Amino acid sequence: MTTHLHTRGGDIDEMSPLRPGHGPRAVRPEPPQWRQRLSRADHRYSPYLYVAPFFVLFLVIGMFPLGYTAWVSVHDWSLLGGKGDFVGLENYREVLDSPYFTKQLVNTISIFLISSVPQILIALVLAGLLDNQLRGRTLWRMSILLPFVVSPVAVAIIFGSLFGDRYGLVNQALNVVGIDNIAWHTNRLASHVAIASMVNWRWTGYNALIFLAAMQAVPRELYESAAIDGAGRLRQFVSITVPMIRPTMIFVIITSTIGGLQIFAEPRLFDDTTARNGGSDRQFGTITMLVYDFGWQLRDLGRASATAWLLFLVICVFAVVNLVLVRRIGSLGGER
Amino acid sequence: MQTPKTRRVRLALSAMTALTLATTLAACSGGDDDGSAADGVTTISVATFNEFGYEGLIEEWNDSHDDIKIEQVKVGTWDDAKANLFTKLAAGSGLSDIEAIEGDAMPAIMAESGAFADLTDPELEGRWLDWKAEAGTNAEGQMIGYGTDVGPEGICYRADLFEQAGLPSDRDEVAKLMGTWDDYFATGDTFVEAMPGTAWYDSSTSLSQAMLNQVEFPFETDNETVDVENPELEAVYKTVTDNVDRGLSSKIAQWGDDWTAQFQNDGFATIPCPGWLMGIIEGNSEGVDGWDIANVFPGGGGNWGGSFLTVPTQGEHQEEAKEVAAWLTAPEQQAKAFAAVGAFPSQVEAQDSPEVNEAVNEFFNDAPIGTITADRAAAITVQPFKGPKYSDILTAFQAAIMRVDDGSKDPEASWEQFLADVEALG
Repeated sequence: MTTHLHTRGGDIDEMSPLRPGHGPRAVRPEPPQWRQRLSRADHRYSPYLYVAPFFVLFLVIGMFPLGYTAWVSVHDWSLLGGKGDFVGLENYREVLDSPYFTKQLVNTISIFLISSVPQILIALVLAGLLDNQLRGRTLWRMSILLPFVVSPVAVAIIFGSLFGDRYGLVNQALNVVGIDNIAWHTNRLASHVAIASMVNWRWTGYNALIFLAAMQAVPRELYESAAIDGAGRLRQFVSITVPMIRPTMIFVIITSTIGGLQIFAEPRLFDDTTARNGGSDRQFGTITMLVYDFGWQLRDLGRASATAWLLFLVICVFAVVNLVLVRRIGSLGGER
Repeated sequence: MQTPKTRRVRLALSAMTALTLATTLAACSGGDDDGSAADGVTTISVATFNEFGYEGLIEEWNDSHDDIKIEQVKVGTWDDAKANLFTKLAAGSGLSDIEAIEGDAMPAIMAESGAFADLTDPELEGRWLDWKAEAGTNAEGQMIGYGTDVGPEGICYRADLFEQAGLPSDRDEVAKLMGTWDDYFATGDTFVEAMPGTAWYDSSTSLSQAMLNQVEFPFETDNETVDVENPELEAVYKTVTDNVDRGLSSKIAQWGDDWTAQFQNDGFATIPCPGWLMGIIEGNSEGVDGWDIANVFPGGGGNWGGSFLTVPTQGEHQEEAKEVAAWLTAPEQQAKAFAAVGAFPSQVEAQDSPEVNEAVNEFFNDAPIGTITADRAAAITVQPFKGPKYSDILTAFQAAIMRVDDGSKDPEASWEQFLADVEALG
């Protein structure tokens, strides 16, 4: 490090007197200066070059589809027939007019809230527990990630059967304790709970591990001094752990917002009806399923793209709201 | 900050990552077969749904052919196969060499017939029933699909449950109880009164589809204009939805988990039964005795489904695929498929063959399914007109029926929603 700083300092000192003589290069060729310039350019620009591959890839596979979807959404565009006339915002109007859009937007948000809120709270508690000196720590920590390895499709098939309206295991268990059958595939709220439970089963452990990693980085002295001040375990968790891992919480909450609002495989495979639109009355149809319905069942990519863009905007709004909220909550802990 | 603890966490994390990656990669690498191996063997993939009864036939072919091998790709239901089909048609790649198409969707396929190989072959003329061959031929006279089976409907029933309910259980006696739809429902009333825990039929969606198959113009007029507000369709809708309060319906959507489970739980007593469904019933009813089939269908005959084999032009081995498709749909082969799963051949010669005529199904109480299905085929008087939107409208119609069945909408509101759904099809 120090040598580097030295060169840089010397660089500037040498540069200024030499600058006027730069023009007549043929008269006084100066290889060292050229090399210095190169090294300076290297120093200044090469970091951008190093990160460029990601951004080039991002442009190609991230921005381009986004722009292309916007282009498709303002045209009549059939799945098999391809591009038709330019129709402006007509597709957006049709989507917003469709009663299914509002219904499926509400479903999406409801499933997202029922899944993400408990999921993050449980993950936080779980991580707090795993952050202790347990016997066989690695085993415990790895086992909570196990559900994440199972494909969501397999999860959906198993849970779909567990939550069968008539012959599902969950209802049979409920019958034992005297509760009547719950119509998991028909009742709107019940279906959301069933789907949220699959999401939580799969993602809680994953988020807990991320929280755990952040908790490990919290300086242990803080806990020691808190303990000396007489703070109990719970107080330590609330007043030290949670505020200290705030950046990680922001990350987890934002990623689970994005994932939660895009939910597709779970509700689609949970569905028993042949159309797989999320129940006979779209009790648990989500926005992504509406995109699929428009694009691949009604074979109209124009409306599908318009719906996808509307979903994108909804996610942006949610991400911003979350960010603001988490900033507020996190700073209550007293970092400020 | 490399405490032993964090190092261990990192180790654990990287181990898990490696495991996840390995699983994902393994999942991706499966089925990555382009069909032409270096040793000169061409593999022809055949995508089917439900039960086609091809397992034995494929084995037979593969044993006797060294240059072309057949591989079957099975999915659960036609709706899943349809979604896959249209997605990959749009993508221009990814379809199997041979794609099975459900009969009701053939008109929609005809509208895209440019994406399918012309299978016309003068040698095969007269192989199929006339209406079946017509359904597989496009407006330009090119044969796009080779017919596999047809679906003449009878009524499959649980003789043991009939006995418990005090109804006659002999198949000829049972046939007398359900000559018309009114008789069928009235017998159902008697049954559910005696057996309140068991529904009369398996699903309102299957019942409505069976009834639709007796309507001449269910959704579209013969110039392919959508017309769903016709009295005949409204009558079917009313009949089926009126039954909800009578306790005749299982209130379960066909093909779902609960639908499959109710075979094991005495969930229902009768089911409209096209030939190909017999194999599915047998598959779902392991350990259940008492299935039988009555040589009757309420309100006359009816044909439900029956499929076609097509060869998408995106395939690399169309000639070989055509050869395989022609072989699979030959009378001898379809007769064997009938013996395996009850899919009644659409080939004239196969229908007259002793293998079909004398076929007896042990699982269905030794019923002479050959003669019964042939009788059921002969009873068919109406071939409903099915335009390009038939399959899509049917899906919407069945959702409408289910909404009333599961109580999420009343019949009027559900009908209005159906009309809006049809409107949205464009």
